[in-house]
Amino acid sequence: MSFSITEPSGRQKWIAGVLVVTYAVLTLIPLIWIIATGFKTPQDAIAYPPKVFFEPSLEGYVNLFTSRSRVTPEDLAALPPPDTFYDRIVRQYDMVITGPSKYGERFLNSVIIGFGSTFLSVFLGTIAAYAFSRFKVPLKDDLLFFILSTRMMPPIAVAIPIFLMYRQLGLSDTHLGMILLYTAVNLSLSVWLLKGFIDEIPVEYEEAALIDGYTRFQAFTKVVLPQAATGIASTAIFCLIFAWNEYAFVALLTSGTAQTAPPFIPTIIGTGGKDWPAVAAGATLFLVPIMVFTILLRKHLLRGITFGAVRK
Amino acid sequence: MSDPLAHRVASATPPQLAHRIRGLSDRTIAWLFVAPTIFLLLAINIFPLIWTIRLSLTNFRTNRPNNAVEFVGLENYRKILTDEDTWIALQSTAHFLIWTIVLQVLIGFTLAYLINKKFRGNDLWTTLIVLPMMLSPAVVGNFWTFLYQPQIGLFNYFIAFLTGADPASFSMIGDVALAPWAIVIVDTWMWTPFVMLICLAGLRSIPPSIYEAAECDRASKWRQFWTITIPMALPFLMLAVLFRGIENFKMFDLVVQLTGGGPGSTTLLTSIDLKREAFEKWRTGYASAYAVILFVTVFGLASIYVKALNKVKDR
Amino acid sequence: MKSKLMLTSAVLAFVAGAAQAEDLTLCWAAWDPANALIELSKDYEAQSGNKMSFEFVPWTNFADRMLNELNSGGKLCDLLIGDSQWIGGAAENGQYVKLNDFFDANGISMDAFIPATVTGYSEWPKGTPNYWSLPAFGDVVGWTYRKDWFARPDIQAAFKEKYGRDLGVPATFAELKDTAEFFQGRDIDGKTVYGASIYTERGSEGITMGAMDVLYSFGFNYDNPDKPYEMEGFVNSEGAIAGLEFYKALYDCCTPPGSSNSYMGEGVDAFKSGQVALQMNFAFTWPGFDTDATVGGDVTGYFANPAGPNGDKFAQLGGQGISVVASSEKQEAALTYIKWFAQPEVQAKWWKLGGFSALRAVVEDPGFVASAPYAQTFLDSMAIVKDFWAEPAYATLLQASQKRFHDYVVAGQGSAKEALDGLVADWTEVFEEEGKL
Repeated sequence: MSFSITEPSGRQKWIAGVLVVTYAVLTLIPLIWIIATGFKTPQDAIAYPPKVFFEPSLEGYVNLFTSRSRVTPEDLAALPPPDTFYDRIVRQYDMVITGPSKYGERFLNSVIIGFGSTFLSVFLGTIAAYAFSRFKVPLKDDLLFFILSTRMMPPIAVAIPIFLMYRQLGLSDTHLGMILLYTAVNLSLSVWLLKGFIDEIPVEYEEAALIDGYTRFQAFTKVVLPQAATGIASTAIFCLIFAWNEYAFVALLTSGTAQTAPPFIPTIIGTGGKDWPAVAAGATLFLVPIMVFTILLRKHLLRGITFGAVRK
Repeated sequence: MSDPLAHRVASATPPQLAHRIRGLSDRTIAWLFVAPTIFLLLAINIFPLIWTIRLSLTNFRTNRPNNAVEFVGLENYRKILTDEDTWIALQSTAHFLIWTIVLQVLIGFTLAYLINKKFRGNDLWTTLIVLPMMLSPAVVGNFWTFLYQPQIGLFNYFIAFLTGADPASFSMIGDVALAPWAIVIVDTWMWTPFVMLICLAGLRSIPPSIYEAAECDRASKWRQFWTITIPMALPFLMLAVLFRGIENFKMFDLVVQLTGGGPGSTTLLTSIDLKREAFEKWRTGYASAYAVILFVTVFGLASIYVKALNKVKDR
Repeated sequence: MKSKLMLTSAVLAFVAGAAQAEDLTLCWAAWDPANALIELSKDYEAQSGNKMSFEFVPWTNFADRMLNELNSGGKLCDLLIGDSQWIGGAAENGQYVKLNDFFDANGISMDAFIPATVTGYSEWPKGTPNYWSLPAFGDVVGWTYRKDWFARPDIQAAFKEKYGRDLGVPATFAELKDTAEFFQGRDIDGKTVYGASIYTERGSEGITMGAMDVLYSFGFNYDNPDKPYEMEGFVNSEGAIAGLEFYKALYDCCTPPGSSNSYMGEGVDAFKSGQVALQMNFAFTWPGFDTDATVGGDVTGYFANPAGPNGDKFAQLGGQGISVVASSEKQEAALTYIKWFAQPEVQAKWWKLGGFSALRAVVEDPGFVASAPYAQTFLDSMAIVKDFWAEPAYATLLQASQKRFHDYVVAGQGSAKEALDGLVADWTEVFEEEGKL
């Protein structure tokens, strides 16, 4: 790379680095605390002063994945000795494992609804953005603003009619219902972001392809889509973050079958009180997929965010 | 071996038709591509909105299906706008909105500016900084109640370590004076990376040649910052403000988990107030009117803002 | 033994008469007792051949979700263990199946249950023999205290020196406040401890459930006993005002820092972590303390609400009854569950597993008091219960008290009189809207 007079000096870089790293460390402390709490016993988690060093325990994870029930001491004595580590952990509290908890189910729902709606909103967003970018669509600016404006609605504002509507259509508490809902919410972002990306792809590429005998559709799939891959990837991240983490709609519109993890995690209770290690364990595991997704696509995330509304 | 039926169908399709399908006209493609989006938004956003408006003119209550539904005109709107509590909730929301935006833009832009110095490892650190916004706001709000616990929580010990105060001497979410800041801190912690990313995109979109030209003109770094960096990045900054503004006007999950609107009604943001009216008191008609008022407010503010944004962009 | 056999065979016969095995869904709050119910229900599954599914909704969302479900005629739940205050709305809107005929046909008598639970969980309108549920889980607010701290000679001596009487279970609320004040900020084993954990939660029902315990005993009444819904002078009586002032004083002087939004879970955390000497909580939390590693066994003692200034003793009722949801398509099968659940031996096992049975045969059994350290306190508390409005508009009424109480007690706005005067105005408006005034 050639030397540029605008390249920051070594000292500037060093100062910038120190400041950014300081911020990063500070901002990561709460996150690390969540992860660490997942490996504490419930007693250690609520100890005061807070315990920075502690003996790691898998109790949080065991409690996260199991339902437990108290048994009478006589019944407990009659049981065969525990043969797994998780049985041993649970028995300390005069309890037995009665089966898996709902966490697995809720997590799977999050995967289905999160990725399903992300796919759909990116797919619909890409084709709509392409049309807005390349063709004369009547009332284009109004339609674009209309699409943006749908994002301004407080979710609670439309939750009542959506609930009633979903009942009629048999969509309430279904995966499809939630996928459609999240897709609709994400579409505004998706169309706006992707229009920005597609606007930047020179029209000449497609014109060349059309002259070579491609149909318009082929030009779209073979020329535009590969060029827009970066934009599609970063749009997908933002859509997924929303759908993965959404709380208000899912808490109001689902009861069991299609409920995702966010309403579930904060309410994991232990014996009477809140089971902070299990909550933390649930939050940690829930962060993993989206973190992996983000790290894999980080190049796109960092390079590609030219939000659709702004041209270079 | 290929499916014989599919093969038969394919060979039976007249070539002209196949050509017509592949060679759809631009106009058809445009409509085909836009229609699903518009349809979905109409069905899931606009239709419910119209329904909400209709409900807002009635005294309908979802939990009293046997009661007669009466048309009450603008009575619900009058009640809401003359209710002091509505204005208190709007004030709390404004406090939250303004301070989160100010802090996030300041910190987010500074970070982006520093990261843009391209020090070694900046990619890695950027990725790490982005992590908080990947969490679920409901989970974050919930977990911060734990961090804010005066005796058990880390936050108070951290502040105590910095200031020498007793960690048990203050309660971020229990004190009327501190609670509005408690929610600002958590939202800033969570969403500054979002603003940072947009600012970074803005800074990276500035062609180096402009700075090079400025260097040739012997413009000072300070001057370059104010005459090149800020104006060029401004549309991005404004966009970040728009998105955060809209999101935080609707803020529900994080704050409801963090404070539940308390202490008293100190952090009772409009969305939480609305949710109570709609889904706890079940005053559906009244809540619908409330929803319409909020929507019109945010829509109006955003429209003005987008006009300003377009002006800046077209400059 | 014989009667047990007969009952079991009666159930079997009844079940055999039912058409086929059904998959029943029972909805309840997600908490410890719900897990015990899963365990208990295994017997029902084995006997009936029906399969039980469970939908447990966390307390904070429980009312929202379940009332939404009822109001929209959802079919998620066949059986619902709904909160006591929902009964008015569910009965008036026909959302629960009326159980009178079923009880008569199957020899289930409401006299067999603790009277307060029948009134609280099953009747609508209150005081009339119209039953919409079977008492399923008795619950009431009471107190736990650190028996080990109370037993220390040094602490006892210090208390006696300060108050001139022996440290013990408080007999009045004034004594309770003294005790809490005494412990507030005290150093025990190198840790600073605090007086009392009380309910202050804002979002759902917490502060109302807590403040009412004090208000009842100080002379608060919901309305004029002779003139329903007349609240002026009852809700905001002199006693009620003094009660609310007391609750605020207790909050200000004697709670651990950061107790501004505390309900059942936070109370348990405060007590288990050794932060507080006294803790207000629903009885359902008690079995969890008894087996806890740090506060289990002899460390924890239990007592019912102490008396107010005039010697009145009342406690806020919790708990729920089990109902059949009217929009369920499996009502017949759901009723077999209630029939099975009402049997004395099932109720006895329910208690053993940590479920607070409301069946008199269980709680009046000679062995009951000795069966758990908190059993007597449960009985004492159950004898003095009062409940919040169970009107169809209860949620709106509750929202009003939540706001008025929290604004005054926690946020320190206005006076107790203003808060209660405001509450009278809020509630009057609700009843006017309801056409009851």
